[in-house]
Amino acid sequence: MTLDAKIPDGPLEKKWDTHRFNLKLVNPSNKRKYHIIVVGTGLAGASAAASLAELGYRVTSLCYHESPRRAHSIAAQGGINAPKNYPNDDDSIWRLFYDTVKGGDFRAREANVYRLAQVSGSIIDQCVAQGVPFAREYGGLLDNRSFGGAQVSRTFYARGQTGQQLLLGAYSALSRQIHKGQVKFYDRRDMMDLVVIDGQARGVIVRNMINGELETYIGDAVILATGGYGNVFYLSTNAKQSNATAIWRAHKKGAFFANPCFTQIHPTCIPLASEHQSKLTLMSESLRNDGRIWVPKQKGDKRSPKDIPMEERDYYLERLYPSFGNLVPRDVASRRAKEVCDQGRGVGSTGLAVYLDFADAIARNGKQWVEEKYGNLFDMYQRITGENAYQTPMRIYPAVHYTMGGLWVDYNLMSTIPGMFVLGEANFSDHGANRLGASALMQGLADGYFVIPYTIGDYLATNKFKPVKEDHEAFTESKKAISEKTEQLMSAQGKRTVDDLHKELGKILWEHVGMARNEAGLKKAISMITALRKQFWSDVRIPGKANDLNPELEKAHRVADFMELGEMIARDALHREESCGCHLREEYQTDENEAKRNDKKFAYVAAWEFGGTGKAPKLHKEALKFENVHLTQRSYK
Amino acid sequence: MGTFTNIYRSSVGKKFIVGLTGLFLCTFLVEHLAGNFLLFVNDGGAAFNEYSETMSHNIFIRTVEIVLFLAFFFHILTATILWWRNRKARPKNYTQNHKSANSELASRISFLSGSIVFIFLVIHLRTFFVPSRFFPSENPSMYDLVVFAFSSTWYCLFYLAALVLLGYHLRHGFQSAFQTFGIRGKKYQSLVEWIGVIFWLLIPLGFASMPIYFLWTTHFGGMN
Amino acid sequence: MNFTLKVWRQKNRNSEGRFESYTATNITPDMSFLEMLDAVNHDLVEKNQEPIAFDHDCREGICGSCGMFIKGRAHGPQKGGAACQLHMRSFVDGDLITVEPFRAQAFPVIKDLIIDRTAFDRIMQAGGFVSVNTGGVPDANAIPIPKTIADEAFSAAACIGCGACVAACKNASASLFVAAKVSQLALLPQGQQERKERVEAMLAQMDKEGFGSCSNTYACEAECPKEISVSNIARMNREYLKAALG
Repeated sequence: MTLDAKIPDGPLEKKWDTHRFNLKLVNPSNKRKYHIIVVGTGLAGASAAASLAELGYRVTSLCYHESPRRAHSIAAQGGINAPKNYPNDDDSIWRLFYDTVKGGDFRAREANVYRLAQVSGSIIDQCVAQGVPFAREYGGLLDNRSFGGAQVSRTFYARGQTGQQLLLGAYSALSRQIHKGQVKFYDRRDMMDLVVIDGQARGVIVRNMINGELETYIGDAVILATGGYGNVFYLSTNAKQSNATAIWRAHKKGAFFANPCFTQIHPTCIPLASEHQSKLTLMSESLRNDGRIWVPKQKGDKRSPKDIPMEERDYYLERLYPSFGNLVPRDVASRRAKEVCDQGRGVGSTGLAVYLDFADAIARNGKQWVEEKYGNLFDMYQRITGENAYQTPMRIYPAVHYTMGGLWVDYNLMSTIPGMFVLGEANFSDHGANRLGASALMQGLADGYFVIPYTIGDYLATNKFKPVKEDHEAFTESKKAISEKTEQLMSAQGKRTVDDLHKELGKILWEHVGMARNEAGLKKAISMITALRKQFWSDVRIPGKANDLNPELEKAHRVADFMELGEMIARDALHREESCGCHLREEYQTDENEAKRNDKKFAYVAAWEFGGTGKAPKLHKEALKFENVHLTQRSYK
Repeated sequence: MGTFTNIYRSSVGKKFIVGLTGLFLCTFLVEHLAGNFLLFVNDGGAAFNEYSETMSHNIFIRTVEIVLFLAFFFHILTATILWWRNRKARPKNYTQNHKSANSELASRISFLSGSIVFIFLVIHLRTFFVPSRFFPSENPSMYDLVVFAFSSTWYCLFYLAALVLLGYHLRHGFQSAFQTFGIRGKKYQSLVEWIGVIFWLLIPLGFASMPIYFLWTTHFGGMN
Repeated sequence: MNFTLKVWRQKNRNSEGRFESYTATNITPDMSFLEMLDAVNHDLVEKNQEPIAFDHDCREGICGSCGMFIKGRAHGPQKGGAACQLHMRSFVDGDLITVEPFRAQAFPVIKDLIIDRTAFDRIMQAGGFVSVNTGGVPDANAIPIPKTIADEAFSAAACIGCGACVAACKNASASLFVAAKVSQLALLPQGQQERKERVEAMLAQMDKEGFGSCSNTYACEAECPKEISVSNIARMNREYLKAALG
């Protein structure tokens, strides 16, 4: 099978418009004849379900939360980019496009990124019309702030809760359609399998999380908007329930998985306090504007930070990157923090943290100034750690935050399974090897509001759909396979909890497939994961019953998939013999220990085809063509 | 009428009725207290008796009296309906509930304080209003009724206890009515609180001064 | 640290529940309340007993999944935070901690500490939106909104839909929840067109769901993890009266 991204011809600026014109339309009165299943209700899922229902399609919306409003899009803090150029600082669609392609270290499709930049302005208009209370200036117009990776201010925000406000906007649009009956919504449903009939995605099997029953939903197309897979690492900034089961099971049904090794590690998170910690909390990276990062020069220096004299401190980012200092991009800051901790110079009880010190900022501008700028972050830090960061430096450490990889989709956001579309973080499309701040919200909503409503019509208009019923053997077989899997999990009755096994998987990945990777480590990780996966199936213990609300069983299904996905991440990282964006292979660095891309060999999307559990997946390559940007090496010295 | 029934059907509408009638009843308290202060005129009750006489015969007052009774009726009925529904809204209570951490006692017990004030009201009407209004010929003058009633220490204590609860009831109720009407904000809030003090503190104190005065004069001083 | 927990266990919607006692041992002060429950659950699984079921997700105080009444308080003894942001250092070593689900007729218990708050969604579906379709909207800067109004609308919109207001209210009233949305959209110009219908529809749905009415104790504001002001309830009442009388 050759991968066809279906990127339209013509100049970059015209591609999307030309493509839209060429897409077949579904006549308004025919739309109601089509039934679309949308799995997930985050920014991408809720906006897609609402927009499609507004057009007249019949939509079934499924989520594993009790309410669409609880999806993890809600936790995004910073903001959403759009090149409105309201601040008159010479922003443009082209500039946002360029920043995003460059920020992704030239591993994203030009056409997709350009379209994203093109529609992003409409997102802001749409959200304002829904009543999203963005921050405003005294004149009543919208305020913008700057964010990492850009030299213009193009980020729209709603205090530190932009994701929440945007999600509530999409949720309100979805609620309106549910009230009208145009969307049938089902809560607490966990997708267990995708059903493909005659080569078309025709439905899903979900587990009703309250009574454990397997339910069938049939449609003419299926949209997965089920988020990223960062929780494969166990500890991440993702929500506890975030999982890869929907995309992984679709992958096993034939959808290719693209660039799984591109996982973003965010540098400013609150470090792990103890073994019991269940998740990591991100703090806005704006803190790096005024905080100085340092560790002791001496290994194992356990003195209190205030007892360490200036000359015994190593402000390593300022030392290594005199011009960018503490403001180097996320991947660089993260990697260097790991490096100093690996040298035994980490701070805090675990030795896995570095100081982010505001003493100089307080001395220079006063405590009040710091309080006004960062007060809420200092409060959050105190709430979690119990420490007052005005008096003692904050401790930070990188944490898994976002996954740029995901299911491979073409320009229409359709996967390699006809009729199955993938939106938002669940797909791989727009961020290349590294995502810039404030562009995840942009992509989720662009996909849901302004791309899928057009592209799905073309698929529906150009394909025929045989009527299928619940008793079709594809559904019954799928249900049987899920029941068997559940039975296998329940009957293992081993010694270890799901979380124990998940933590162990996370540690392997963090150690060998984390911020810096090398061939030996990756090979070791693959064999360790293979062994752990065997242990998982024989030694997991799940109490309770399968036909009941059973959180341990829910987790077990998810971790079973993570055990397979983890191995694929390592395989992808191993095959990509270059460093790019967040993927640093220690063997491929410049003399100054910076990421060294290999554009000749690796300027492609690695799309993996499932080859069977424990078997090597098959690699397909989608070559990336850069006709509009010039490939350069990043430098921050 | 349709508008009224619609409003009354909704919970916010019912609260509005409780607040509106409550505030009307507050204005009655002002009038009632003002009249009662005539008890302190040193004329053997002549002024007070004349005032009571007017109150029971003046056509305007008699009309307002009907409104007053309607206000009492709707205030109590509506509050009772709300209370009943609110109980149903939480069929199973918490085993441990640290209420004092989030709210004031006065606001939590407003139905209880109102109920006791209601019992007081019935007794109060039986003592003063019913005899003077319906059986004036068989009964002594209003002033003598008052003197007689307040000569009983138990009656006075009951009366005072009811006034404490009335104070509690109004401490919550007065400002609560404004919240229900939607009048709340930096501009009005302190004004409402201060006027509230008149109702929950000064007016009950004013009423309390009467049994205390009569009790004192009965036991410690000669009658005039 | 060690604690004794008294936790509400209930098999399903229809069964009677009861309290069970558990001990939480070797708890560190920097563990969150949910991590403490994770540890208790870990022990339960090792003993082959069913772990305590509770709703949780983001664990950073924004998704609104937590629905627990801890030591007699919605989200436990702290101000302005959800249960996931409650840390064990807020308790004294050896404490007896009672944990029960938020209790209300409109929030039936599904299992143990998991409750069904879909009543909130139905209230939102009744009118908690601006009726605009995707596309065809004016430019974001076409309608200026004074900063103070936008900020006030944001403060109302910050609601995370956790239901602590209902849990803390002696009447199990959803007034603060409904008011937060009514208020947000009543303040913004985008919400004006459906102002009247919205407040009436949302309040009617609130009554229908079996929530109690507000008796202005302001317990909701005190327990709200986002500290949403009861002045929003005043605004909702005003909106309602204007709609009903107008």
